[in-house]
Amino acid sequence: MSAAENILVRIRVNGEAREALVEPRTLLVDFLRENLNLTGTHIGCDTTYCGACTVLLNGRTVKSCTLFAPMADGGEITTVEGLSTDGALHPVQNAFAECHGLQCGFCTPGLLLSTIHLLKKNPKPSEKQIRKAIAGNTCRCTGYQNILKAIRMAAGEMGKP
Amino acid sequence: MYAHPFTYHRAQSLGEATKLLHQLGEESRVIAGGQSLIPLMKMRLARPTALIDINFIPRLSEIKDHNSEVRFGALARHADIEMSEHIAGIPILHDCASGIADVQVRNQGTIGGSLAEADPSGDWAATLLTLETSLVCAGPQGERLVQMDDFFKDAYTTVLGREELVREVVVTKPAKNSGGAYLAFKRSACVYATGSAAVQITLDAKDTCKDVRIVLGCVGLTAIRAKQAEAELRTKKIDERTIARAADAAREAAEPQNDMRGSADYKRALVAALVKRAIGIAVRRARGEHVEAGHEYVGR
Repeated sequence: MSAAENILVRIRVNGEAREALVEPRTLLVDFLRENLNLTGTHIGCDTTYCGACTVLLNGRTVKSCTLFAPMADGGEITTVEGLSTDGALHPVQNAFAECHGLQCGFCTPGLLLSTIHLLKKNPKPSEKQIRKAIAGNTCRCTGYQNILKAIRMAAGEMGKP
Repeated sequence: MYAHPFTYHRAQSLGEATKLLHQLGEESRVIAGGQSLIPLMKMRLARPTALIDINFIPRLSEIKDHNSEVRFGALARHADIEMSEHIAGIPILHDCASGIADVQVRNQGTIGGSLAEADPSGDWAATLLTLETSLVCAGPQGERLVQMDDFFKDAYTTVLGREELVREVVVTKPAKNSGGAYLAFKRSACVYATGSAAVQITLDAKDTCKDVRIVLGCVGLTAIRAKQAEAELRTKKIDERTIARAADAAREAAEPQNDMRGSADYKRALVAALVKRAIGIAVRRARGEHVEAGHEYVGR
């Protein structure tokens, strides 16, 4: 077997052009955490279940533990670090804080991005649609009730003219 | 967790992909969405030494309404299919696409990858086997059309040659007065279903069953066409009695194994119940009713 050659991966992360030379087997989540030092994206189960590693790739949520970094080459990525503007929290972040939509906070970056993805596609989701939208994000602290409350609040706030 | 090292090759066309498969040899594999292959590689259950990435091939994810057919490019993501206006007349496709795993996996996973992987618990096989479906497969000798009924050979095994790929999935639009439903039961969103049932029915003017297909998922090495269950309904009036007989026949057709998702007996009972419900929904849809259906799991 020939040795795996490192390859250059160029992506835009939170609006900034970034690149690094990595082994092809580098997972997108490790590319973000280890190469770009963006540690807000978490590794939970590492088996495509828990959704702690959720980021936006070209506007859609993906599990960054289940993508090799070269597959995202040329893409636009949003991580939790890119949500606030000039120190002001994103409305979804505010809602999670306001409604106590987190306890330990480990799952929160993923849930924030899943919520943003949902509200972009569907600004007025039903209860059922909210539950389906976060079915790929596991939280082991809250029991989800306050997360649901936070998403309802965020939808309300973001829907205001 | 890290996959075994591999070399990475980006194909710009299907021709280049088949050439790379030839050059890179036995241990090379094509990667599409990667939602099955990457977990397998991380667990070292798959150890390809070279990956050929087809995600950058232009126009391979298009969904087209083409006269009597709907054509899905191999790279059409489950989420693309879920949102596509072209499947409005084939609700069984929406049932399937909208409930595979979770949002994140549906955004990335592809119909072509799912079929070529041929996981016994995959959702598309059972769904597409109830429709007139064929696959356009591209290889070094050009293209060939494979009927869906001939595509799967065994668990994780299809008729695709080593240097061949799925290019397009072609579904013929069902006849008038047809309706279908795909129901899958799973323990949570992110896992494979414990059992699933796909039913597609065409009614005639007297509301009797003109034609029907019933396929079971997750209860055999491949999706299983329950032909005896179909025979219990075909040319007959669909009522409680015939539905019960079809469900019983489906239970007999299942070949489940005991595993952590449930015992074989449990799965037989499960698919019989799913078939019963799917027939009911398919009939209502054939009569023009709007009915929601799809994957069911705790916390939905």
